[in-house]
Amino acid sequence: MQYQSFLIKYAEIGTKGKNRYIFEDALMQQIRFHLNKVEGEFAIQKEQGRIYVNAKSEYDYDELICALQKVFGVTGICPMMQIEKCDYETLRREVLAFVQREHPEQAFSFKVRAKRADKHYPVTSDEINADVGYDILTAYPKSRVDVHNPDFIVYIEIRKNINVYTKNIRGAGGMPIGTNGKAMLLLSGGIDSPVAGYMIAKRGVRIEAVYFHAPPYTSERAKQKVVDLAKLVAQYAGPVKLHVINFTEIQLYIYEKCPHDELTIIMRRYMMRIAERLAETNDCIGLITGESIGQVASQTMFSLRTTDEVCGLPVYRPVIGFDKQEIVDLSEKIGTYETSILPYEDCCTIFVAKHPVTKPNLKSIKKSEEHLKEKIEEMVETAVSTEEVIWCS
Amino acid sequence: MQNVQKEVYFDNAATTRVFPEAAELVMKMMETDYGNPSSRHIRGMEAENAVKEAGERVAKTLRVKPSEIIFTSGGTEADNMALIGTALKRQKRGRHIISSNIEHAAIYKPLEFLEKQGFEVSFLPVDENGHVSAEQLANAIRPDTILVSIMYVNNEIGAVEPIEELARITKEKNASCYFHTDAIQAYGKYDIRPKKEQIDMLSVSGHKLHGPKGTGFLYLDERVNISPILLGGGQQRDFRSGTENVPGIAGLGLAAELYYKNHAAHVEKMTAIKDRLIDRLSAMEGVRVNSGKGLLSAPQIVSASFSGVRAEVLLHALEEKGIYVSSGSACSSNHPAISGTLRAIGLPKELLDSTLRFSFGLFNEPEDADICADAIAELLPVLRRFTRR
Repeated sequence: MQYQSFLIKYAEIGTKGKNRYIFEDALMQQIRFHLNKVEGEFAIQKEQGRIYVNAKSEYDYDELICALQKVFGVTGICPMMQIEKCDYETLRREVLAFVQREHPEQAFSFKVRAKRADKHYPVTSDEINADVGYDILTAYPKSRVDVHNPDFIVYIEIRKNINVYTKNIRGAGGMPIGTNGKAMLLLSGGIDSPVAGYMIAKRGVRIEAVYFHAPPYTSERAKQKVVDLAKLVAQYAGPVKLHVINFTEIQLYIYEKCPHDELTIIMRRYMMRIAERLAETNDCIGLITGESIGQVASQTMFSLRTTDEVCGLPVYRPVIGFDKQEIVDLSEKIGTYETSILPYEDCCTIFVAKHPVTKPNLKSIKKSEEHLKEKIEEMVETAVSTEEVIWCS
Repeated sequence: MQNVQKEVYFDNAATTRVFPEAAELVMKMMETDYGNPSSRHIRGMEAENAVKEAGERVAKTLRVKPSEIIFTSGGTEADNMALIGTALKRQKRGRHIISSNIEHAAIYKPLEFLEKQGFEVSFLPVDENGHVSAEQLANAIRPDTILVSIMYVNNEIGAVEPIEELARITKEKNASCYFHTDAIQAYGKYDIRPKKEQIDMLSVSGHKLHGPKGTGFLYLDERVNISPILLGGGQQRDFRSGTENVPGIAGLGLAAELYYKNHAAHVEKMTAIKDRLIDRLSAMEGVRVNSGKGLLSAPQIVSASFSGVRAEVLLHALEEKGIYVSSGSACSSNHPAISGTLRAIGLPKELLDSTLRFSFGLFNEPEDADICADAIAELLPVLRRFTRR
């Protein structure tokens, strides 16, 4: 049997008062976007605080569910039987037949939860619960009712039509993309930054990304890897505009003019500065990084303070308190891990000092940056104006 | 990319551009003569004839019989077939195999596999030029040695092994021992006479000689018997089951014929490029050339180490100028593992990660050596200024 309808459940956005329709419309738009990639025709329909996906053609069930599971804002996907309103005897028969199709297993515990939104329907919810429960117990002598911890719940919703479902497939959660502004992600090609992008996108934030390319020290493959990662993030976050910045000149200039143990920190400060400029010209109202306290020298509290100092925009660091393994687990879950571990060098490691500073002194860093005064502004200007933009989706 | 002038493809030991004539033939075999050689009808016969013709073309270059050519999916399969096939067939006679420590992974990985199956493998060392010594081989051969496998030309530095001498010694010491050579970088560059040189088995890859990828063959002397490693429909006299890759085989056959057609001129052309590049590189400061001029090493390979420069960075800097080379051996450069050959010839540790391979093909021109050398001369001082401290 192929399901014709799916009930889309969402949690937080149901509580947003007068803004509710904005969130629902955004959610519908996101569902539509994700379903565009699925073979088949679907109609998305809103009705009294409910969103339905109705299949208008043949489709592949697994492909559809997989696509819906990537939509932020969806907490549950319920494949259901939707029937027109009918008399009570027919309803009981249809429900039992549906349960029999859904649950070929013989021994299970269940409960029935009817909800009569249409109060004109002649039977009350309690009566439906009791009668349908009786029908199921009769058809499945080995089954039993468990109101506290059932194997499944038979939902019967009497609305304009009647919805019946027993499964609730977990969705991605979060909030629909587009309900919360836009932010610029510093995407390096490592494990952490794609995860950070995913986490912020999950809260409804549209994502752009910036990658610092340093040819010939980093290869075309390293860049391709970042494009691939941006595409993976885009699976959830929608199309990602990737800004590729040629960073070689700036990096070599810092290398020549500044103390070597401060190279990484000063480099990071310029990356943040450039990211912020791009953010501002692209209407982003925050930066996102994959930093986690203490993971490397440039991510100690002292270093973070030093890099943070150059930014006016808030910097979101969603994995800040995660251990490496926790980040790895999440990257495996969202499917970026395999790509992240490809062994191409990124620009942060090419000139890294054997013993970089772990407790940079802001005063001393600023003093070192004085040495760059002559050319750095122009170099930043060139780097930004020669950016390459790649749309990843 | 900046300053792109003429593109110079110097990575022909990794793979080559296909001869237009061969590409055309491949296309024809896919679109027109697409039959299965095993089919009884006319389409099948056409395909069978194409495979036969390719066998004849290849056999002619080696002065052997067409029936001694087994087509494979490439050099790796030919090597696996020779090693594992011999081991399976002859394990009752003995379980000792001899090879060298500069072999390609397509040799040493199967040998490691055989070691795990209880075979004993002796890996002979090489001298600073990458040569296996005949004397050491003589000492290593035992009555239970069933196979000696030594590469003809090393893929990383272009060292040429004294194959005829090594095969002769093998037969003198143990007449029933088979001699195999991985000739993947040698075929096309040398006039190889397996019968005269007493080579029992020889592996070749098609895409190193302007033929298509996914093609190759094992020359298998008719007096030699090995077990097949692919079982199935019994094609190629049961030695290698599986429907023949007819388009690829046809392309390989033609490429081999074209490569050997003006053989002396082809070798001369590549040698000239090699010698020019070696002259230019040797004159630069802090450059060590690991390959010999003229007849001292293979005509198509130059290995050079650039002190104080990371190979990968120089590679990408050359790439920006439209010059394509390889770090170490391209087949394995995806893995960060450092080259076995460079270690084996005793290259100083600090140069292992600073070594590039330049390899030439028939589509290169003499001036390519100068374009490449000019670019390196320009890049070295810049790259040396910025290094990890």
